[in-house]
Amino acid sequence: MNSHVFAPMRATVLDNIRESEGIFTLRLQLSDPQHRASYQFMPGQFNMLYLYGVGEVPISIVSDPQDPGVIDHTIRSVGRVTRGLAKLEAGAEVGLRGPFGQGWPMALARNKDLLIVTGGLGCAPVVAAINFALKRKAYYETINIVQGVKHSDDLIWRRQYEAWQALEGVEVFLAADQSGPGWPFHTGLITELLGQVTVDLKNTLAMVCGPEGMMHAVAESLLQQGLSAYSLYLSMERNMQCAVGHCGHCQMGADFICKDGPVFAYPDIRDRLLLAGV
Amino acid sequence: MSHTAPAFLAREDLNRLLQLLQGQGYRLCGPQVRDGTIVYDHLADTAALPRGWRDTQQPGHYRLQQHDSPRYFDWANGPQAIKPLTFPAREVLWEARRRESGELEFIVPDQALEKVAVIGVKACDLAALALQDQHFLQAEYQDPGYLARRKGLFLVGVNCSRAAATCFCVSTGDGPAIEQGYDLLLDELEEGFLIRSGSDSGAVLLAELPLEAALPGQIDAAEQQVQQVARSQQRRLMPVSPGSLMQQRQHPQWDDVADRCLACGNCTQVCPTCFCHHQQDLLQLSGEASEHQREWDSCFSESHGQLAGFQVRSTVKQRYQQWMTHKLDSWQEQYGRSGCTGCGRCMSWCPAAIDFVEEANKITGDG
Ligand SMILES: Cc1cc2nc3c(=O)[nH]c(=O)nc-3n(C[C@H](O)[C@H](O)[C@H](O)COP(=O)(O)OP(=O)(O)OC[C@H]3O[C@@H](n4cnc5c(N)ncnc54)[C@H](O)[C@@H]3O)c2cc1C
Ligand code: SF4
Ligand code: SF4
Ligand code: FES
Repeated sequence: MNSHVFAPMRATVLDNIRESEGIFTLRLQLSDPQHRASYQFMPGQFNMLYLYGVGEVPISIVSDPQDPGVIDHTIRSVGRVTRGLAKLEAGAEVGLRGPFGQGWPMALARNKDLLIVTGGLGCAPVVAAINFALKRKAYYETINIVQGVKHSDDLIWRRQYEAWQALEGVEVFLAADQSGPGWPFHTGLITELLGQVTVDLKNTLAMVCGPEGMMHAVAESLLQQGLSAYSLYLSMERNMQCAVGHCGHCQMGADFICKDGPVFAYPDIRDRLLLAGV
Repeated sequence: MSHTAPAFLAREDLNRLLQLLQGQGYRLCGPQVRDGTIVYDHLADTAALPRGWRDTQQPGHYRLQQHDSPRYFDWANGPQAIKPLTFPAREVLWEARRRESGELEFIVPDQALEKVAVIGVKACDLAALALQDQHFLQAEYQDPGYLARRKGLFLVGVNCSRAAATCFCVSTGDGPAIEQGYDLLLDELEEGFLIRSGSDSGAVLLAELPLEAALPGQIDAAEQQVQQVARSQQRRLMPVSPGSLMQQRQHPQWDDVADRCLACGNCTQVCPTCFCHHQQDLLQLSGEASEHQREWDSCFSESHGQLAGFQVRSTVKQRYQQWMTHKLDSWQEQYGRSGCTGCGRCMSWCPAAIDFVEEANKITGDG
């Protein structure tokens, strides 16, 4: 971390990879060798990325913590900062501060079945967990990836899922609430799909990311099927400005998502998930 | 021993204290009348203090009147306390510069310690300062600007001699008497002040003042005065047990208050404990540098809960709930106490004259 908590470090764009329409991966390297040497992170943590003259946004780190010299961020361009970041070319510099927040409990998942459930348009925090686990497959009994989308056209990384499915010990389940032609996977709610997943719920750690309503439905369904509530983790999202618990924007009840989260054990966040306006 | 028994300081000798503080390199800051309110600003000498001014306050109402009284501190409070001294409404966190090569440079402004002596801080506002300290300094990350400004403060507290109708510090446990957090403490009497120190630096200054022994009658009068202020408070905030207000989110009173609330955020801007702020970049016209600022924000603003494709709090009711449940309820879980110190500003400066205490009592009362 920089000496001044709010001032970013310089980071160089090594590559800007176009993933799909509106989604890109920025590969970054901290420009200052000293910053590079001391930088460490865990999957599920995030950085504040600064685009010159425009501002800062919170973005999850999806690369592997073993090599903190290269920091990958997969980003959806939605607005002022992210659209600007999308245009950056190799050699450009951005600001980076972090890492912030509590990541996924990867160590707790050892020797268990790993169940990763995500809803909506690709969820970067779980991509970090998937990438991490795939590199260390021996630690996990099985790796199960469940992805639900509203419409089958929304699935953006179909090839990526097919590649994951081809790996041994990995199972991929896809669902679309509504499907168009050429959709060989499940049509219906993601919760219906959970019944088909063949993990041993007594020995499973589940990681969930997506819209809050979906996370709640998935969580309650898994609990009903016998998963223990403390084996269930969610990644939350709120507007973020400071990332260090000072600005108040990411409050959710008594928690600041930026420092108490973004990853929470389900019992710690359950009472707030369905409260409108919290 | 820095805590002393009170001594007597004649009113005309208060200026001596100000001079001593200036002599020690402090910039003076104190209450004065401006635009029909009491504000804390740079203070030249005691002539600028609000002599004889008193306030009347009600929800949606604030007026100052001049009285034939020699007192300087015979008012309850003004729209803003000392929060801006440690947490300014706008400040530059850092500046970014971009070279032609595309390389960036981040420049953090010098956080030089500035010594500021504040004259006449009230109990509710010292309590609020302690809460802001908890938020900005006793957390995982310390705010460097806040720390530098906070370290430079010398605080001269004054016990209240008059409460406004909006005051309710007795029920929050924060006043009217000041118990801690001051360097020097005053009780204002008709003929002058009782003064005592609460820190070593306060004691050093006290030793240089032309003091007299306080008479038993004066000590008694000061005590009577504070008790009288406590007794005169009409409003009383009922205790909120942690989690209870959050559980009352279905209470019909929220709809009622949301109908009247304009979501203007005034209540949050005047509240001495509110800390929300946002950050923004101000690119210079030349394009060569960009200032990264932070600015007070409010949970009533549109952008506060805005995410890509999702607004966390789209209705006024949800925003009012966020304001009140945070301040009175979840604040307790975060900081071990409620976020309200009973100053009453959120009522006086509410254009819709919403009575924060009455609303809270209605909602918690039917628990
Ligand atoms: C912990 C965390 C991790 C995230 N990780 C990723 C990621 O890996 N990849 C990714 O694509 N997105 C991620 N996001 C979302 C991303 O931060 C927002 O999409 C981004 O801030 C939008 O910024 P913008 O300037 O491009 O959009 P803007 O022009 O600011 O506006 C677009 C929309 O985004 C909202 N928004 C603005 N600032 C924020 C903010 N700080 N947080 C959330 N929403 C905001 C705006 O209010 C508006 O609705 C993450 C968010 C959080 C909180
Ligand atoms: S309660 Fe009053 S001051 Fe606060 S936002 Fe509503 S109208 Fe404005
Ligand atoms: S909530 Fe109202 S009365 Fe309480 S400290 Fe804030 S402004 Fe003062
Ligand atoms: S982002 Fe500022 S408090 Fe969490």
